[in-house]
Amino acid sequence: MSGAFRIDARRFGEGSFCSRIHWRHGIWLGLAFCGSLAFAHAQSEPAQQSASAISTLVLWMPFILTGFALNLLMSFIAMAVATVLGIGLGLLQISRSRLLQMPAWFVTHLFRNSPWLVILFMVMFLVPFEIRLPGGDILMIPDWVKATFAFSLPVMANISEIVRGAINSIPKGQWESAESLAFTRGQTLRWIILPQCVRRALPPWMNWYALLALATPMASILGVREAVGNAQAAMEAAGARPEFLIPFYLFLLCLFFAYIYPIALWTRKLERKYVVAN
Amino acid sequence: MFEVIAPFFRDLYDRTGLNFIVFYDSYEYERFLSGIGISLQLIFWSIVVSLVIGVLGAWAQGARSPVLRFLMDAYIQAFRNTPPMVQLLFFYFALGAFTPQVDMGGYYQPLISSFVWAVISLGIFGGAFNVEIFRAGLEAVPDSTKEAAESLCMSKWQIYLYVAFPLAFRISLPALTNNLVSLAKTTSLAYVIAVPEMTYTLNQVWSDNVNVPEMMLLLFLFYVLVVSLLAAGLHVLERRLAMPGYGR
Amino acid sequence: MSLQTNSNTRGASPGWSPDMPIISIRDVHKSFGALEVLKGVSLDVRKGEVICIIGPSGSGKSTLIRCINGLNDIQKGSITVAGQEVNDPKLDLLALRRKVGIVFQQYNLFPHKTALQNVMMAPVLVLKEPKKEVEERARALIAKVRLQGKEDAYPGELSGGQQQRVAIARSLAMRPDVMLFDEVTAALDPETVKEVLLAIKELAAEGMTCILVTHEMGFAREVADQVYFTDRGVIVEHGPPDQFFTKANDPRTRQFLSQIL
Repeated sequence: MSGAFRIDARRFGEGSFCSRIHWRHGIWLGLAFCGSLAFAHAQSEPAQQSASAISTLVLWMPFILTGFALNLLMSFIAMAVATVLGIGLGLLQISRSRLLQMPAWFVTHLFRNSPWLVILFMVMFLVPFEIRLPGGDILMIPDWVKATFAFSLPVMANISEIVRGAINSIPKGQWESAESLAFTRGQTLRWIILPQCVRRALPPWMNWYALLALATPMASILGVREAVGNAQAAMEAAGARPEFLIPFYLFLLCLFFAYIYPIALWTRKLERKYVVAN
Repeated sequence: MFEVIAPFFRDLYDRTGLNFIVFYDSYEYERFLSGIGISLQLIFWSIVVSLVIGVLGAWAQGARSPVLRFLMDAYIQAFRNTPPMVQLLFFYFALGAFTPQVDMGGYYQPLISSFVWAVISLGIFGGAFNVEIFRAGLEAVPDSTKEAAESLCMSKWQIYLYVAFPLAFRISLPALTNNLVSLAKTTSLAYVIAVPEMTYTLNQVWSDNVNVPEMMLLLFLFYVLVVSLLAAGLHVLERRLAMPGYGR
Repeated sequence: MSLQTNSNTRGASPGWSPDMPIISIRDVHKSFGALEVLKGVSLDVRKGEVICIIGPSGSGKSTLIRCINGLNDIQKGSITVAGQEVNDPKLDLLALRRKVGIVFQQYNLFPHKTALQNVMMAPVLVLKEPKKEVEERARALIAKVRLQGKEDAYPGELSGGQQQRVAIARSLAMRPDVMLFDEVTAALDPETVKEVLLAIKELAAEGMTCILVTHEMGFAREVADQVYFTDRGVIVEHGPPDQFFTKANDPRTRQFLSQIL
């Protein structure tokens, strides 16, 4: 009876996705974008000066898309780093040794409770822009690399929590049977527990990727030449007219939407598949 | 308060070079306090707006009109799958450019300030998640409980107010806590539209005084403290509302 | 102390007098989509009678009960409760439900309210009676079902049998003319079944009109005035218990009884 009053926790794990997601919505939003472009076009003054907002946007689109490629690159690298570090941190969190477990718990909660922007600031300002290597060479660390690392930190902490949760959700019976078969703790984790966890952890993992990708525009605040920064620079270069604002920002919104929405749909499909399988 | 701590921090600076200027310089102290105030107000109002949108949206998602339901779905998808920072920029710069200017007697000020735009944008962003959370909570209330209330002659509105919503709220509380804490952290993005909250204010202080690490630490501590208090408060609420016997 | 008010005149519609059956079911048909569950059921219940409906699962017993208080609608036929036609589109469902109380198999108590609050809720909110009076009556009802001391317990802290008795008290608080019981002991373990049946027995002894869907044959034999057997959407046979259990006419009835007795 008590089960009746609880939402399926998996549905709301660390930010699980909406159930009513459908590709139809994407088409409608695309139409809305075109509609708003038409509206903005109608708003702009007739061509006494240079080109209208739409043609300006089209002109600068390659430049903005180049920046978007950097967003994507940052998101891939950050996710890879975050996954590796996060799994490590998660394993440390379930360690039997207090010496390992407490710092791991602390780091996880520290980065989970801090705003992404603050972490970004901290990394950008406090990590040097060049490192002197032992051989005498100087290694330059570009801004976008620092930003990528900054984005990986909160995701690392959340992946650590996902890993911890996934391991804890495996029934005790599995550990007991492994023990009776003379597996060590490490072997049990490697061969029995973790393979099962991967399926359970996949949807939240994909969800965090989406959140990470949606956070990458923050890098433009600190000068990284990604999509949002490039769009703003483009608007400046083209004369900073107010009728540029809506089309350019709408374009950015639609660009990210076009990339993230299919990922969200896919995540939802995976969730359904693994919930049924479980 | 200021007089008490100022000497200590000035002394600290003299001896160790750790520059916590916001605590010993009265001008910076004022800026610091104002930053705290704006941040707290921003967090508070964003949460309120997102909750209102969540409750209304959850009701709208269960409405009979398919147009209304479609609009809600479109809204949720649009705001969950786009960057919150670009949403803020869009609201403030793109929409803000079209709001009327108010004549302040000599100069013009936009009718809607950056703070209000931040509340609107962040509230709408957080609301998109809340709608789904409340909707799932409502769906988790068993039909049989609502039937029992119906059999006791309670009207539809009475059932919603006294049975369905209280239960849905208790069920949603863990997910809601996660989302509100996340929203509180996201308010730091208001920096990009120059809302003078903590991030922006301390940024100005460290630009003026070149004491980046110290101010960074303060900024960090502020958010960790606020987020921890918010989460703790919501956990207390959760425990107070818990139904004995239906424990986790 | 009987907690039944004299319900002869309270809320009775014009055209109904105590010598007419309080519930009149005539040729009722009910379908869920393409599946017809009730295929022409007719039944009369007089005031103060205790009716037990038995039968195999899927025969439509619960559906029939739920039609009486309007939770399910009917496609054909008529159900009249104290002169009010249940399938009248202009029917005030709330007025109907004030006359008919129902207790479900899954108790369905409100988990966020204490036992006392559960019992008090409807009279206060719906009948708009003053809180003090309602509280007194609620405490008396809780004592009547032998749960005094548990007024401030939440449903999660009570056993199944205790929750079911609170559910009975909750329905009684609305002072219905008829009480419906939908397999109320099916989800309980044997020790607690007895305490619930005792409560129902006492209720019946005080003159409440009761309709029970049940598997408890012993109870039916002891307390019922009429026993009805349903199978595949129709009433196959009915009669007073002593006649029904020993001298059933229809072979379907006899087969069912031999399986369960």
